[in-house]
Amino acid sequence: MTAPGAIVEVVVRGRAVDVAFEVADGETVALLGPNGAGKSTTLAAIGGLLRPDTGRVVLDGEVLTSAGPPGPGRWVAPHARRTALLAQDALLFPHLSVVENVAFGPRSAGLARRAARAAAEHWLAEVGAGDLAGLRPAQLSGGQAQRVAIARALAAEPRLLLLDEPMAALDVAVAPALRTLLRRVLAERTAVIVTHHVLDALLLADRVVVLDGGRVVEQGATSEVLSRPRSAFAARFAGLNLVAGVAGADGVRREDGLVVHGTPGAPAPGDGAAAVAVFRPSAVAVHREPPGGSPRNALPVVVTELEPLGELVRVRAGDLAADVTVAAVAELGLAPGVEVTFVVKATEVDVYARQDREAGRAETIGFGP
Amino acid sequence: MSHTRHVGVPRWLLAPALLAGAFVVLPVVAMTTRIAWGDVPALVTSEAARSALVLSLRTSAASTALCLLLGIPLATVLARSETRWLGVLRSLVLLPLVVPPVVGGIALLSAFGRQGLLGEHLEALGLRIAFSSVAVVLAQTFVSLPFLVVSLEGALRTAGERYDVVAASLGARPTTVLRRVTLPLVLPGLASGAVLAFARSLGEFGATITFAGSLEGTTRTLPLLIYHLRVTDGDAAVAMSLVLVAVAVLVIGLVRPRGTP
Repeated sequence: MTAPGAIVEVVVRGRAVDVAFEVADGETVALLGPNGAGKSTTLAAIGGLLRPDTGRVVLDGEVLTSAGPPGPGRWVAPHARRTALLAQDALLFPHLSVVENVAFGPRSAGLARRAARAAAEHWLAEVGAGDLAGLRPAQLSGGQAQRVAIARALAAEPRLLLLDEPMAALDVAVAPALRTLLRRVLAERTAVIVTHHVLDALLLADRVVVLDGGRVVEQGATSEVLSRPRSAFAARFAGLNLVAGVAGADGVRREDGLVVHGTPGAPAPGDGAAAVAVFRPSAVAVHREPPGGSPRNALPVVVTELEPLGELVRVRAGDLAADVTVAAVAELGLAPGVEVTFVVKATEVDVYARQDREAGRAETIGFGP
Repeated sequence: MSHTRHVGVPRWLLAPALLAGAFVVLPVVAMTTRIAWGDVPALVTSEAARSALVLSLRTSAASTALCLLLGIPLATVLARSETRWLGVLRSLVLLPLVVPPVVGGIALLSAFGRQGLLGEHLEALGLRIAFSSVAVVLAQTFVSLPFLVVSLEGALRTAGERYDVVAASLGARPTTVLRRVTLPLVLPGLASGAVLAFARSLGEFGATITFAGSLEGTTRTLPLLIYHLRVTDGDAAVAMSLVLVAVAVLVIGLVRPRGTP
């Protein structure tokens, strides 16, 4: 197999991780999932910092990791993989100047001092940090340091860029500029980014892979997954409400018997098939008393949390959420523990088939040579 | 140095703390009162004193170099390995720290002496180590190595592996990572370890006299000369002690990097 891009299959029994996905050449894949879902383990396995029990990592046709049957194992050391890592903290070498930090990769690749320095200056300019060349890492702000760290990772000319929540440690004020930079940088590159931020996924990733409990629960084009999530995590990540159950003639029936009526979309679920009903929190109205005799959906819930959301308040009730005005919160006397009814029109609810887990897996596993 | 007040220490600590300080300083001060200052220049510039001082400085420098040569690899392996024998291994390395130096000297004789385990074979090759300047260096290295290893291993563990991981992901081979990232980051710990090793070598007495003897010009270092003089010429012993204290203060005060304990 000589196709460019990456094939990742990682099984780590000790951490209950069993993950498989592919990254096409030039594509950026975002790994999403709750804490402990196996995102970091997957990233470490790709970078060669962790040996999976079984599985393989193939990059541009070269087998970097191969463990477990069939066939003999293979292991390429981290430094020989050309999978540069960009972490949450910039981790600039504190004893080297900014330009020396960026020249580190080229120097390690065997470039002469002068050539490495020229390469470093080129990459610093590329990320808009040319004026920082002479400084020490201790003199940089968090945003500047991460900018330099990006230049340093790019200067190593990686075949695959691994980003582990690269903006999580930054001020809200500097994150947008860095996100714009990463968007430009990642456009033509093959990359895997772990993120907790919906904007990162939207702006940086062509495709998202959602992990939960060590498994891939959902994957697909970013816009597709975020607008039509099929897993609870992806829905929460995208800020959408999701009710999972089985399809009936009139909507989705949850395990507890509650039926959510909606508009079937493609792929339309067959009767009795796994299906989800998805709707926006802003489409939800909150009532203290159940409204009688209307054709709308009424979901009895208990408020668990209130959080500010710009000029609105997001009322959370378990997995579901409603966005209401501050005035409405006061008027209804909303507080955690209060029993209310979430009401949403059937026309606001999309119903579609839930991605089958096994089918999802089968389509992602590249069948080896 | 900042002047912010941290959580205060209990006031009563001050008394025992002062006592401890006095306990260290007082004997040294007392020693200076015993010195016949008029004779000092002649005593410290005598041939015996001069050769002992030069020998001490040269052997201590050599043993510090040897400690760095052997200790850096050992500390790195200890700090980065995860074997469950690590505890045992570390205890073995620390052995010279807890064993009386004279016992260390006997152990070295058993290994490198004429009839020793290795010494026998070295003798056959025409190499005689015991009772030579080389023996002095070996004795000093034996007792000083743990100081360097403990200091450096602690620094390596504190520094962690995060920078090493990044360096490797940028394409640096393990040797490059060690040379350009790992060791530069622990330079203060390495320097303070080297200073400790040098100071310990400078003061080495028990293992040296047992393994190397006390031959003027060859193995009689400053501490051995002082011990020798104490029997024959008390005033000279005190004067030479002053020289040793001065050298020690110089080493610790000037070479010790700022900001490290």
